[in-house]
Amino acid sequence: MLSIVIIYLYLSLLLYMLLGGADFGAGILEMFTSSRNQPRTRRITYLAIGPVWEANHMWLIIFIVILFVGFPQIYTTLTTYLHIPLLLMLLGIILRGTAFIFRHYDAVRDRMQTVYNAIFVYSSFITPMILGMIAGAVISGNIDPNADHFPDLYLKPWLNVFCFMVGLFTVALCAFLAAVYLIGEAVTPYDQRRFVSKAIVSNILALLAGIGVFLTSHWAHFSLWQWIFGNLVGRFAIIAALISLGWLWYGCIKGKRKLLLRVLACFQVTMILLAVGYHHFPDFMVLHNGEHISLFIHRAPDTTIDALAWALLGGSLFILPFLIYLFYSFREPAQADMQ
Amino acid sequence: MDDFLAARAQMGVSLGFHIIFACIGMVMPFFMAVAHYNWLRTGDVCYKNITRAWSRGVAIFFVTGAVSGTMLSFELGLLWPGFMKYAGPIIGMPFSLEGTAFFIEAIALGFYLYGWEKLNKWFHWYTGLLIGLSGLASGILVVSANAWMNSPTGFIYENGRFSHINPWKAMYNAAWIPEALHMILAAFVATGFAVAGVHAWMLYRRKNTDFHLKAFRIAVSFAAIAALLQPFSGDFAARSVAKLQPAKLAAMEGLFYTQSHAPLSMGGIWSATLPASGSDSIVYQLRYAIEIPDMLSILVHGKANAIVTGLDHIPKNEWPPVGVVHVAYQIMVALGILLFLLAIISLCGVWKYRKWMHKSWFLKWHIIAIPAGFLAIEAGWTVTEVGRQPWIIDHIMRTADAVTPMPGIVYTFYFFTWIYLMLSAMVIFLLYRQIKMVPVLYDVVPDKN
Repeated sequence: MLSIVIIYLYLSLLLYMLLGGADFGAGILEMFTSSRNQPRTRRITYLAIGPVWEANHMWLIIFIVILFVGFPQIYTTLTTYLHIPLLLMLLGIILRGTAFIFRHYDAVRDRMQTVYNAIFVYSSFITPMILGMIAGAVISGNIDPNADHFPDLYLKPWLNVFCFMVGLFTVALCAFLAAVYLIGEAVTPYDQRRFVSKAIVSNILALLAGIGVFLTSHWAHFSLWQWIFGNLVGRFAIIAALISLGWLWYGCIKGKRKLLLRVLACFQVTMILLAVGYHHFPDFMVLHNGEHISLFIHRAPDTTIDALAWALLGGSLFILPFLIYLFYSFREPAQADMQ
Repeated sequence: MDDFLAARAQMGVSLGFHIIFACIGMVMPFFMAVAHYNWLRTGDVCYKNITRAWSRGVAIFFVTGAVSGTMLSFELGLLWPGFMKYAGPIIGMPFSLEGTAFFIEAIALGFYLYGWEKLNKWFHWYTGLLIGLSGLASGILVVSANAWMNSPTGFIYENGRFSHINPWKAMYNAAWIPEALHMILAAFVATGFAVAGVHAWMLYRRKNTDFHLKAFRIAVSFAAIAALLQPFSGDFAARSVAKLQPAKLAAMEGLFYTQSHAPLSMGGIWSATLPASGSDSIVYQLRYAIEIPDMLSILVHGKANAIVTGLDHIPKNEWPPVGVVHVAYQIMVALGILLFLLAIISLCGVWKYRKWMHKSWFLKWHIIAIPAGFLAIEAGWTVTEVGRQPWIIDHIMRTADAVTPMPGIVYTFYFFTWIYLMLSAMVIFLLYRQIKMVPVLYDVVPDKN
């Protein structure tokens, strides 16, 4: 039963990255769109993600619930030592979610829209940035429960160059996912071309940021190179990601089918997460003193794990068909309930 | 303010705002579904307009409820890691089932808001109802986690260790049903009267009479029926508290001496006076209260000679802050009684004397009642939460032992209080604009389709 819970844990994280991440990406793309084109992007984004965006962000809740029910010690270690970045991330989630709805449901269209738009795009950028920094702190082993001073305990683990690069990398990946998804949502060839070029630019930026992550990992005193390429699965995942990347670029330029492009983009992100996660598994995080926090050891008692697994399986029976039908129903750009 | 107090205050503020957003997001879909049903059945376009107007309210409150709820799921660990480390696995079931219900709600909302003219009309209607049903399920489930803190069960606690964990038993704890019932009815009362009050206000100003009259009738019917049932669930909840948490009941009533023929005290101020001379024990008493003899014994135990535990039988270091709990409880009960009386008038106006709905006194009373239900909910949660202190898990773990070691919580408290205030101001601003735009958006009767 433990394996079911762990699969759901990683699956919800992956789906949050693929779906929620693309939602963030839509805001990031809007930020880097000329003011002339912004209304078009906004409209396409809204029609594409409007019906599904609430559901996309549920994966984070599922992830966090699995973590605190199944692996309470990991959850409380995170919430204690990464208190500040988690709060910042929550702030981003609050601002972004409400601004997205407010700008659509404000009955009067006036200058307030500028305020909503600004809040939406900035929080779309900052939230995945912080999310990436948290991920960087979890894997880099800088969390030090034995430290004495406030900065060492609560700031240093996440406020460093390496985590910053991981944050930028995450932002670029989100933008890349969103751009690839939106190619298929654009109706006019002009918009399609815009999103193709944005997909390519964000992909290049993601590559650069990825290289930056490797370079800065030395300053964080851990060898990411060894971590990723030190095992067969990691090497395979990175090679597969690179092959699919070439295929994706070819497909983008040739104007291939949108479904193929989306699958390839998701595949790349999945491979990246696999490469990062595999070396480490079953450990979830490393502490500064070298202690490895393992999912197999730091877990809830069996009775809880069993009950949680049944709840997840049972919940999936209700959620998944309904969710798939939602995506199916709105596979074509939706008609919003208000023009 | 020290960090411990700041952490409690931050949790209180987060819960205080979330409860309002969540209640409205949970109950309004039912109003919307009724209006939608009326439209589908009668073809009266006015009902379609009401449905659309309310669906925007649902969207706004769903998102504010969702983000403030996400915030809370992290805050449990951010502020109370000592609690979550042990409690997480025990009360995991309501949370994981709530996650499922919440997910279904989000999917249903996607279908509903974007499904106009796209889905089969009855499937579309059903997804609207499903928003309400899954929201209701979330509410009931999450209260189970709070009820567990009041009546912890499903584990064995020895030498500071939790063992033999049974998460299902923890979920079906003794306080769950009374608490959940009371909360759900309260959500209907508060939201119903608030929505009805807003429409009454518009009726009072003679605007879009047909639209607001129909909307008022739907909302107030839900509110009034729930308000009439609420005293019974309140009695049920009070009996449960008397049995499970005598200290909380004693604080609610301001009862110092354990006694038979205990009186029911209404109002009054809890005071501690230093002794005149000689003895060193402080004298506690409830001053200026109106007392109904024997009533507390009868209400709680059914017999006038039944003994009700007072605070004198509770060690002083296990007392909740009595003054706060007592005042909050009196506010909740007083508002509950007023809304009960208003409910009778409302039902008369809606079902029997329909002319009343155009009388200004009738409308004025409903306008005054807009915040009443929510004030009662806030007061009620103050009773539950402050009344459980100093425990975070009743008689197992002290709140002070669960708090985060991180210093500086007071700054995050100020910051997030400001964020929540801004968020609430925004929501009120948006609702104001929605209501202001009703003549423009809904006055023109579109062709029936």
